[in-house]
Amino acid sequence: MASNPMQQFSVHKIGPEIKVAGIDLSFTNASLFMVISASAILLFLFLGTKEKKIIPDKIQLIAEMFYSFVAKMISDTAGSKAKPYFPFIFSLFMFVLFCNMFGMLPYSFTVTSHIIVTMLMAVFILIAVTIIGFLKHGFGYLKLFVPSGVPVILLPLITVIEVISYLSRPLSLSVRLFANMMAGHTMLKVFGGFVVSLGILGGWLPLGFSVALTGLEVLVAFLQAYVFAILTCIYLNDALNLHH
Amino acid sequence: MELEAAKMIGAGIAALSLAGAGIAIGNIFSSYLSAAMRNPSAAQKQFPNLLLGFALAEATGLFGLVIALIILFAF
Repeated sequence: MASNPMQQFSVHKIGPEIKVAGIDLSFTNASLFMVISASAILLFLFLGTKEKKIIPDKIQLIAEMFYSFVAKMISDTAGSKAKPYFPFIFSLFMFVLFCNMFGMLPYSFTVTSHIIVTMLMAVFILIAVTIIGFLKHGFGYLKLFVPSGVPVILLPLITVIEVISYLSRPLSLSVRLFANMMAGHTMLKVFGGFVVSLGILGGWLPLGFSVALTGLEVLVAFLQAYVFAILTCIYLNDALNLHH
Repeated sequence: MELEAAKMIGAGIAALSLAGAGIAIGNIFSSYLSAAMRNPSAAQKQFPNLLLGFALAEATGLFGLVIALIILFAF
């Protein structure tokens, strides 16, 4: 019979148990796949930039494509002032993309389907953006919460709404990525379970659906990495170019 | 009513929010297509916005799915 579709998200220890000051720091399958994604990115970019040819070979072409894709995204959404933050956005995009894509392999583990991972990145982004905003504009950054051209009588209400929406940014950013990855993988497992339970006669229909859903999930994996990076750019744009 | 049954019903109702995501995604793609048919030269430039809108709309429905999963597995 089909097993529990949520079982794929279970985190278990690999190797010995490590405890530092009462906190469990053991190496798990989640950390293993983070290491795999990070080293895959490093290897890919190392091979892509090893021989800097004028006429690029395939791997250099792909590396350059990723570079120009992210660079164009940053300059389109956050302007030229965001150029110094390119390394951060690029690493963020590549890490989320590779984690999502490694999760698509059978028997692998999707790091981004755990809210603690995405929430950590999103809260880090919120804190960083807030610090950048206050450093660039001083207390004038608080004008972000007071949009211009609003009737005075509505202003207290609008300000409260703006503050709440600013503070809920990490929540929506992290839940979006986590929910997309988790829902997609659960759906794939449920359809896989249908194939097993319907057997050799009726199992072909869900099998076809599984193939189509895998294609959709690859699209979603790329799209969510893109959305995560572009929303970070938009938040950075708010902090760098205050135009209210 | 028994708690277990109430949880199941609540999770089912929470998952209904995905209907809204379905409507939203259909709406985004239909408006993109009709706009792209009118002005094909401007279509390519708006493609990132299409993907952004698609992802944002899908995520809103998935928030409801997360509520359903929390009801089922966390409580």
